[in-house]
Amino acid sequence: MRVELVDLYAEYASALDDGRLDDWLGLFTEEASYRIVSRENWERGLPLMTVWCESRAAMQDRARAIRETQMYATRWLRHLLGPVRVTSSGSFPIDVEAPYAVFETLPDEHTRVMSVGRYADRVVRDAEGTLRFADKVCVYDSVLIPTSLVYPL
Amino acid sequence: MKVEARLDRVPLRFYTDPDIYRQEQERIFGGPSWSYVGLGVEVPEAGDFKVTWVGDRQVVLVRDDEGDLWVWPNRCAHRGTALCREPFGHAEEFVCPYHQWVYDLRGTLIGVPFRRGVKGQGGMPEDFCMEANGLPSLAVAERNGVVFASVDDDAPNLTEYLGDAMLPYFDRVFGKDGLVVLGYERQRIPANWKLLFENIKDPYHATLLHVFLVTFGLFRADQPSETRMDSTGRHSVLVSRRGEQAEAETVGEMRSFRDGFRLYDQRLLDIVREFPGEATVVMQTLWPNLIVQQQSNTLATRQIIPRAPGVSDLVWTFFGYVGDDDEMRMRRLRQANLMGPGGFVSIDDSEVMRLAQQAIEANPDGEALVEMGGRDTADAEHMATEAAIRAFYRYYREVMGL
Repeated sequence: MRVELVDLYAEYASALDDGRLDDWLGLFTEEASYRIVSRENWERGLPLMTVWCESRAAMQDRARAIRETQMYATRWLRHLLGPVRVTSSGSFPIDVEAPYAVFETLPDEHTRVMSVGRYADRVVRDAEGTLRFADKVCVYDSVLIPTSLVYPL
Repeated sequence: MKVEARLDRVPLRFYTDPDIYRQEQERIFGGPSWSYVGLGVEVPEAGDFKVTWVGDRQVVLVRDDEGDLWVWPNRCAHRGTALCREPFGHAEEFVCPYHQWVYDLRGTLIGVPFRRGVKGQGGMPEDFCMEANGLPSLAVAERNGVVFASVDDDAPNLTEYLGDAMLPYFDRVFGKDGLVVLGYERQRIPANWKLLFENIKDPYHATLLHVFLVTFGLFRADQPSETRMDSTGRHSVLVSRRGEQAEAETVGEMRSFRDGFRLYDQRLLDIVREFPGEATVVMQTLWPNLIVQQQSNTLATRQIIPRAPGVSDLVWTFFGYVGDDDEMRMRRLRQANLMGPGGFVSIDDSEVMRLAQQAIEANPDGEALVEMGGRDTADAEHMATEAAIRAFYRYYREVMGL
């Protein structure tokens, strides 16, 4: 199961780095929620989220906005994920954590750190036996965001 | 203002020149203006503090034990060390880490270790006066829970400063009920602070840049709108009323329009009218550093912190009201998806401001044209105008002698 879990996270990072947003969506269950929250708000118990997708449908809206409606400078992203840790005991659903770093490269600029933080996720095995995210929270340390947060972390 | 200056032109060096930047810090942020420093509810109890900025100077906002608010520089009177090392906190007194000089909540110096020397040797001179060597506090004013500070003691009173034209819009959002902070967003935008301010004085771009708004029917160029300034031109407000989702010939003007899109998750559009009157969006800019956002049910203050001619930080404080029920709170949190550094609307703005600064620095000569809506600075009842930007620069040039 650990190998499958590592593969899930590797595919998550790869889908985002390649801009394959439909594949990114496919890693979530239909009822999944996806949240990006600053560590400041998280630790202070403040409810505001930088990005809040309450359902995979909302995540589809976010993906479509990125593809069709947002105006932003072109960039490359590269995720580096740390070791994946299962923090719950017993069987599915399992709680999983991993630290992450996202690097961003814009034209005429050197690659910079865009965001570092951790994922705190809930993973399930779906009816076909595939591992998917039922809930994903990305808590970012990099609270002073460099310009804007365009793509999912 | 120089005789040859045109109201409808902005020299691009205003956005890049380091001497102009320093002069702005002195004359604008260090002058008789009121800078937003926070909401009273961020420092509710005696001893609560928040580190913030007036211009590019770091200050601390503190509540004392009589319930009054103080703002003083985050810098020990001794040899300059920062007193507060946490962005928010609580303290009975402030102790400098270097030599343990102690200040009370008002910034009065109350303790100097070894003031009388050690074993009869050394110490401070006899005539050293504690009272005269505290932290120089700024003037503080508050209205409906919104706190401002001024470096200049001769700043006019806050009510006069905001003025009759702006006060109703300010009180509409802040006078309604007690405020509740929902959370913070922060971003560092590589753009001059004035570009951030102008962006919110610019109704013209709303339906052209923000494809999301038009695509999903949140905004249309032909919906009833107003641009209003105060008598000086330094403050302004953009007011809009979301009308019926009728087809309008104006969408033909918009090259980026996408037709036939519907949200998969419609809850983002669950908007309720919560303020009296017809306006659904009111964006107010208050000189020199505050934007007040009411966009349907998402409310926030946006504090502009200049860092360098080509860099500004933007601190967003999202809030709701004490009387919000769970549903209203959810609406506010959900509609926050439009705003902030990751917002469906606001991403466009941060990105376009970065592109503007980048291009201006790469081709720094010449002037910007601000003729949309005419060449004057009168209020307008539509969105096809840059009058608020012209009014801003008219006042700016007076203050700066440019």
